[in-house]
Amino acid sequence: MSVLVNKDTKLIVQGFTGSQGTLHSKQSIEYGTNIVGGVTPGKGGQTHLDKPVFNTVDEAVEKLNPNASIIFVPAKFCKESIIEAAKAGIKLIVCITEGIPTLDMLEVKTLVDKMGVRLIGPNCPGIITPGEAKLGIMPGDIHMPGSIGIISRSGTLTYEAVKQTTDLGFGQSSCVGIGGDPIPGSSFIDMLKLFEEDDQTQAIVMVGEIGGTAEESAAEFIEANIKKPVISYIAGQTAPAGKRMGHAGAIIAGGKGTAEDKIKKLEESGVYVADNLVSIGTKVAEVLG
Amino acid sequence: MNLHEYQGKDLFSNYNLPVSKRKVVFNANDVIEACNEISGSKWVVKAQVHAGGRGKAGGVKLIETPEEGVKFAKKWLGNNLITYQTGKNGQPVNAILVEEFTDIERELYLSVIIDRDSKKIVFIGSSEGGVNIEDVAKNRPEKIIYEGVLFGDSSLPDNARNIAKVLKLNESQTIQLISMVENLLRLFVEKDLSLLEINPLVITRNGDLLCLDAKVNIDSNALYRQLDLMEMNDESQQNPQEVEAAKSDLSYVSLDGNIGCMVNGAGLAMGTMDTIKYFGGNPANFLDVGGTATQERVAKAFKIILKDPDVKVVLVNIFGGIVRCDLIAEGIIAAIKGVEVNIPVIVRLEGNNSEKGSQILSKAKIKIESINNLAEAAKRAVAFAK
Repeated sequence: MSVLVNKDTKLIVQGFTGSQGTLHSKQSIEYGTNIVGGVTPGKGGQTHLDKPVFNTVDEAVEKLNPNASIIFVPAKFCKESIIEAAKAGIKLIVCITEGIPTLDMLEVKTLVDKMGVRLIGPNCPGIITPGEAKLGIMPGDIHMPGSIGIISRSGTLTYEAVKQTTDLGFGQSSCVGIGGDPIPGSSFIDMLKLFEEDDQTQAIVMVGEIGGTAEESAAEFIEANIKKPVISYIAGQTAPAGKRMGHAGAIIAGGKGTAEDKIKKLEESGVYVADNLVSIGTKVAEVLG
Repeated sequence: MNLHEYQGKDLFSNYNLPVSKRKVVFNANDVIEACNEISGSKWVVKAQVHAGGRGKAGGVKLIETPEEGVKFAKKWLGNNLITYQTGKNGQPVNAILVEEFTDIERELYLSVIIDRDSKKIVFIGSSEGGVNIEDVAKNRPEKIIYEGVLFGDSSLPDNARNIAKVLKLNESQTIQLISMVENLLRLFVEKDLSLLEINPLVITRNGDLLCLDAKVNIDSNALYRQLDLMEMNDESQQNPQEVEAAKSDLSYVSLDGNIGCMVNGAGLAMGTMDTIKYFGGNPANFLDVGGTATQERVAKAFKIILKDPDVKVVLVNIFGGIVRCDLIAEGIIAAIKGVEVNIPVIVRLEGNNSEKGSQILSKAKIKIESINNLAEAAKRAVAFAK
């Protein structure tokens, strides 16, 4: 078992023929992901990476019957691309692109929620179920099939957590990057629910960072609903207030969103918090014994 | 991106929001003409910087003669104003806003934000204005209303009435607030704002609502479609290294320490800063060199980090993903040679081909230490910085 994606995932790529779409699609195919085709407006009828290209998601859905889409289109077109995929009936959409205006995401989030579509990202590395499917830009070879579910707001920090849990022999059930934007398609809570229900997952690693109160909400949810052990790491303990730290969502505003508050709340809720990014793996080992 | 108060008020004016008669000046002697144009017998002069707390810092003054205003302008123009919101050096004052004097009955608070929890645009109103709203939220939460709204929704007047109750407005003021809320929301959405704050919103002696301050933040991700606002950006209000980094598409934030950091990924960059602190050091900056960490980007990042005279050592922390560590190592070496880095550089490479990457770094005839354990690399950097 795993969450969201597995060997049965039939994926299309929006922005398939662009440089990012091409690079990462190649890597995903090499990893064993079943990419059935792609969409690039104006390039319909062509073949790219030995797969068919369509002008619209509707056409791709009709011909290929995919169950997931990954989006690599530029930020200014993402709102339309996500809505197009949702309206075409795709139930799992992963958006990698960084830099989407927040008001666009507000509109998109309201719509996908209403339609019952699961959106992962934007501004994220994607989802991987090791050994089965890679929908994203993460390096496949650091992963190993195993028992740890990973949820993270950051790309390279996810890779750290993955590498450490692989090196210690645990491996991962699935890893989900929910992204660094203020309005993400899916929250920590959405993913915690999935990992709690997944038999393969024995423990959950939640990598958070400064900004917003998603970690605090997750802490309350964990205390009430999650029986599996949760290990967390929060980045940005040394970040100054009022400054955006790279990610659009990583900003301490109006006294809210500090690492200190998040860590305190998580610890009070029974989450095991690693005090340093180098000790995420050892914390998992400590908890699982 | 932030606007100055005078730019924000021009924007307010375009959206039919009530603001004072005013004129911005960039030369001290122009205050006289501005006062004459505004007319009246009392004015307020305000130093324009991208920071709050100007009043307490002496950056706002009530004047009864234009000459007093000239004196105020001469004092501030070309100098830095230090408030509790600026750094220790303050922010440069390049403009003075001259406004007609307003006789105030009551000070209120109104702002518009995007609430991450409810995923809505939310108006925040309080009957206590002109003070730090975070203090009110903490100590007297009953004085604050959070009203979520939907753009284009027919219940907007009801939302405004809910706010008016907490602001303790009478009926004619409530009607003014209803149109104000509609205009503020239109401004917020059409201009892609991330924050809009009026502190204080006042009731004048005549009983009318007036926006006495205007704080406007624009969503940086949306600047491509807000070109007129982008032109209003005042680079003098930002750290020069941060401006330069932004031009090179690098994410950089200047900090107080002496260990320069170059990292790929925002989360890992924060995590690296925290690790340095954990082992007793102080980071000089946040810097996300980007997922690919090419030679060109690494070179630019070194240039920016080295402009900070406090930096004694640079810690490079790269998690090689799609791009292999051996290629990144070659890029780092070429960048260091090109930029002439004369302080110690510690490089930690992890991920794809990291051992090969370290070998390349170790063989290079330049001052680089390759340490692939992050804890050890951070400790080494801290030792150099002491």
